[in-house]
Amino acid sequence: MAINWFKYSSPSTFYGVAGKMVPWFAWSAAILFVAGLYISFFVAPTDVQQSEAYRIMFIHVPASILSMFIYLVMAGYAALGLIFNTRLSSMMASALAPTGALLAFLSLWTGALWGKPMWGAWWVWDARLTSELILLFLYLGFIALHASIDDPRRADRASALLAIIGSVNVPIIYFSVQWWNTLHQGASVKFTGTSMHVAMQQGMYTMMLAVWLYAIAVSLLRVRCIILERECKAQWVSELVEVRR
Amino acid sequence: MNKLSLIGLLSLVIRRDLVLAMRRRADVLTTLIFFVIVVSLFPLGVGPEIDMLRKMAPGVVWVAALLASMLSLGRMFSADYLDGTLEQMMLVPQSLSVLVLAKILAHWMVSGLPLVIMAPVLGLQFDMPAQALWVLIAALLLGTPILSMIGAVGAALTLGLRGGGALVSLLVLPLCIPVLVFGAGAVEAVVSGTNVSSHLSLLGALLVMALVFTPWVTALALRISME
Repeated sequence: MAINWFKYSSPSTFYGVAGKMVPWFAWSAAILFVAGLYISFFVAPTDVQQSEAYRIMFIHVPASILSMFIYLVMAGYAALGLIFNTRLSSMMASALAPTGALLAFLSLWTGALWGKPMWGAWWVWDARLTSELILLFLYLGFIALHASIDDPRRADRASALLAIIGSVNVPIIYFSVQWWNTLHQGASVKFTGTSMHVAMQQGMYTMMLAVWLYAIAVSLLRVRCIILERECKAQWVSELVEVRR
Repeated sequence: MNKLSLIGLLSLVIRRDLVLAMRRRADVLTTLIFFVIVVSLFPLGVGPEIDMLRKMAPGVVWVAALLASMLSLGRMFSADYLDGTLEQMMLVPQSLSVLVLAKILAHWMVSGLPLVIMAPVLGLQFDMPAQALWVLIAALLLGTPILSMIGAVGAALTLGLRGGGALVSLLVLPLCIPVLVFGAGAVEAVVSGTNVSSHLSLLGALLVMALVFTPWVTALALRISME
């Protein structure tokens, strides 16, 4: 079956599709959050070295991984918008930015809470922490640049260029624990096997999936708002049921 | 007019920008004085213990250089943008990237080079040893052009925007952190007796990368801002 993907790159079609998808993602995110929190607090055993404090990992790791991943997705959409001049790609990029910034902030915040009992300090100037902080600044720069240009077309293109330049930072964060001798521990989960207990793994994967679905749901909701704002003069918007009411 | 060669275009734009800068010497001096003041504020703020100052010196000089280079970024394209010269420059048959490279080089000569020359004097205020001063000069010589180049991208993106000055710092400063880390790291390495060449090589690599990519990206950004 051939699907005409370009049909969904039009804001008017995507607005309806996104509206139908949001509840599915939001509800499955909520259910997985509950399941993930249950596993991480009651099923996963206490860690030998880090005792109960390790449990913050269940939100720290998903937030960190997604903050990097969302940046790449955002830069990808921004690049698509820049190259093919598709309006929806640029709207998706600006819809993803606040969620990414929130997750980068959460990752730093939970990291600080974890660092205090483990390292005895809220913050250390280690390569991974610093590069994650730069990631947060890059998100904020993207949002600020987009907000300060009035013409939406120029705003999209200028911030797209910035997002693409900034994506250099993501591999630096990811490999920082291998390249430099840092205090931040290395990866426990690898493709070749893991050093974690099964219940801890299940908890982390459930939470990861939950945060992932949450990010998709919120971004879709936000892109719907952006579409409405930008297309408010279009005919199809004035024919929408929710607008006419 | 005959068709200019690339080198001809480079030297023409550099000469033009230098002449313009020399006609308005106050602008150039303000950046330099800002640099000197920021560096001199640190001993007053943290106290005059010479051991601590010696340890802080490389970082302080580098951060001040970074801030001073932010200050002058707004001038890189704005005057040409306001009087319409930039629009004419985008219409020339030669490559816009080369033209942008020339403007970046001229900007560095006016705002980066004076900082490099001034830095050893400020280093003496912090009682830095002679060997460290030489490394500081080398690191600044490699690093300040990178700051001008990355700054050019930010300046082009924020061309003609309200609140451009603060915005350009927000965009450019995070991207300049590697330069700061390796630049200050080189001076710290010579003070603590470890290998300097690795830091300087990394700075050199960053310079070559920036030289290849930033004029092209700046040209793209200018086209986005001017359309």
